[in-house]
Amino acid sequence: MMIMSTYKKRLDGRAFDEPRQIEAKAGVIKKADGSGYFKIGNTSAYAAVYGPRELNPRHMQNPKKGVLRCNYNMLPFSGSDRIRPGPSRRSKEISMVTEKALWPVVNLDDYPNAVVDVFIELTETDAGSRCAGICAASIALADAGITMKDMVVAVSAGVLDHQVLVDLNGDEEHMHQYDVADIPVAMVPSTEEITLLQMDGKVSKEELFAAIEYVKPALKRMAEIQRKALKDKYKTE
Amino acid sequence: MSEDKMLVNDKEVVFPGEIISEGMSFLPGNGTYRLGDKIMANRLGLLMADGKVLKTLPLAGRYLPRRNDVVIGKVIDILMSGWRLEINSPYSAVLPLKDATFNYIEKGEDLTRYFELEDYMAVKITNVTSQKLVDVSCKGPGLQKLKGGRIIHSNTHKVPRIIGKKGSMVSMLKKATDCKIVVGQNGIIWISGEPEAEIIAVNTIRMIEEKAHISGLTNMVKEHLEKITGKTIELEVPIEGPDTMEEQESQDEGGEGNSSQGEYRERRSDDRPRGGGGYRGGDRGHSGSYSGGSSGGRGRFPPRRYEGGGPRRESPKYEERKPESPPQQTTPAPTTKEE
Amino acid sequence: MNQSAKEHVHEALKKGIRLDGRKMDEYRNIEIKLGVSSTAEGSAMVKCGDTQVIAGIKLEAGKPYPDSQEDGVLMVGTEMLPLSNPSFESGPPRIDSIETARVVDRGIREGKAIDTKKLCIRAGELVWTVMIDFVPLNYDGNLIDIGALAAMAALKTAKMPELKNDKVVPGTKTDVALPVNAMPISVTVVKIGDYLIVDPTDAEEDSIDARLTVAVLEDGNLCAMQKGGACSLTTKDINEMIELAIRKSQELRQKLKEALK
Repeated sequence: MMIMSTYKKRLDGRAFDEPRQIEAKAGVIKKADGSGYFKIGNTSAYAAVYGPRELNPRHMQNPKKGVLRCNYNMLPFSGSDRIRPGPSRRSKEISMVTEKALWPVVNLDDYPNAVVDVFIELTETDAGSRCAGICAASIALADAGITMKDMVVAVSAGVLDHQVLVDLNGDEEHMHQYDVADIPVAMVPSTEEITLLQMDGKVSKEELFAAIEYVKPALKRMAEIQRKALKDKYKTE
Repeated sequence: MSEDKMLVNDKEVVFPGEIISEGMSFLPGNGTYRLGDKIMANRLGLLMADGKVLKTLPLAGRYLPRRNDVVIGKVIDILMSGWRLEINSPYSAVLPLKDATFNYIEKGEDLTRYFELEDYMAVKITNVTSQKLVDVSCKGPGLQKLKGGRIIHSNTHKVPRIIGKKGSMVSMLKKATDCKIVVGQNGIIWISGEPEAEIIAVNTIRMIEEKAHISGLTNMVKEHLEKITGKTIELEVPIEGPDTMEEQESQDEGGEGNSSQGEYRERRSDDRPRGGGGYRGGDRGHSGSYSGGSSGGRGRFPPRRYEGGGPRRESPKYEERKPESPPQQTTPAPTTKEE
Repeated sequence: MNQSAKEHVHEALKKGIRLDGRKMDEYRNIEIKLGVSSTAEGSAMVKCGDTQVIAGIKLEAGKPYPDSQEDGVLMVGTEMLPLSNPSFESGPPRIDSIETARVVDRGIREGKAIDTKKLCIRAGELVWTVMIDFVPLNYDGNLIDIGALAAMAALKTAKMPELKNDKVVPGTKTDVALPVNAMPISVTVVKIGDYLIVDPTDAEEDSIDARLTVAVLEDGNLCAMQKGGACSLTTKDINEMIELAIRKSQELRQKLKEALK
């Protein structure tokens, strides 16, 4: 049973199920084997894929299939305070969940002993950065010709004062006068399987499930935008 | 039961996860898989419907070594009984002593007499194991050290387009620029000529890469070259039928195929490699590919490269392989890659 | 680098052209975009050929250094992002990246781009700290020059945030610009064999014998210099390199001014 919410109108006027404005591009980093750019609201992520390539150190090699390695990083000027360069505990954790979000779709059987490296850099953030990173990474992996079942898409679902929302922005995340829950979700569009699920905040179980269901159509629309980014690169003039 | 229908047109660009067809009469092939009653693409590629079998021609991806491919490799290590080459792939290749040259190499001889670190060479892949250990040979028509000139990196999937139907594209390039050009299946290209001509060749190759998926490219390139060089170019081999990327479908089913033998035989008769002279060395160009290998004085930004090779194989196991047939010098009868 | 590859580059230079057809003293096509990061107080993206660099400014209020109680603080950092080139690895900054940051820093600092006295809020207690960070998104050579240009563009467009109780209010932007007066421009001239070129690509950087980075002020005076590379330079070389740097700095400054309009 859903409790009535007092959050009737979003701060920026969006509909409850509307993500912020999105801009997606493929092939933005020429030196990389594949690359992608994903901007949602004021959160911008670049992703570059190098691979398959030789994996060092040797002891990390897997003779049966290739290894996927993700590295998420925020540039020093991408947050409200300057971020000291170098990995932090937070960035290491996000790197790991990003890898786990992408791994189920990627086929690494053809690359034993090799690695597919994914580097994600955020140039500006306003909530939803790990999701933007995953979206950019999906575009980059496809652009690099990596075999994969589908392109994973991700966005933060949210519950704000019992109202289910899609794509919380920074202001909404910080509305501490309410019960806020930030729920990053990554999904395989063709099967609706969930590959990333995290939650910060306070929700009931019903609200959580409602949020996950609520975000699926938005994710599918976002998946189309990712695909279009690739299509645009191969437009025949 | 859903009706059988194709949701994507033949020769369209498809993406991982894109639904290509519905209905159980369709079958998956390379680049596609079945999900329920749908056939889905599993990589960025061009849809090729072969009857009811749906495949894709890859548009991107790094080179994975295949037997019989002729590739350009760079010497990155000198072993006890051969050389290790970097071949623009996650996997390096070994050139054993016995396959290096027709001359007899003494045991304990200084191998750098033949090939030194950072030498580039055109070699043929003789074997690839399931663990991706790669053997190559330098004995054969067109296989040799590449002296002088420059090296640029392209993508293996663009190579069929750069070579062209029956070698038409690359021979046009060579005629227009008067450059020697060797195109490796692994996407490494060697060019040697006058500096200005080399630049024209490089820029034209970049243009071909960009427009690889467009039809009528050969004529487009012909006009472009005629405009730049002021020469009229006669196509050695007339273009019959549609001039599209699909016509040069690469065999990514893996394995046998006279990949670019045609290209090499043709080249051999065109231009005997001039000894000595010419420009020495090559340039590791750009194009997003991984150029590995160590280079002593790399100057400002020493490469933090992914170094080293696979296991050193000091005692090569060659028993299981068929003996190499003696190389043939035939007049050019270029075989093509497409069926 | 492979000796013969270097000779090949040299042969082309003998004919007055480079591997991509440019003249010795020609920069690649430069594009400057401003305001590319909403979280930075000032930001810019500069493309020079395939090299793409993004720079961002963060402003903070804090204590001054004990030996300069009335001056604001300036910091410059860079990182060779592994995203930007296959040969860059994750890890602590290598000496090249540290050198690049310090060279760009000195160009800006010694060129007095910012009057640090104007950054003083309360002498001895509170000053502005200006933190400049620039990184390559796609690395194809010449990070020093392009990074310095991006940093300068970001500085020129930076706006001060609001200050409340001696702390920056996050996400705010006033109309007050960061006090940037001078515009020092860095130009790196590179020596390959007997030839001097500017704006080397990644591949050309493999062939260099020596380099000289010169930071030039608008009036033609020099404010910072750094020689790099393992080989030596004659005084004649240095003279020519400085002349070339001064000439090219004017072109780059012109490009920057146009972009700032």
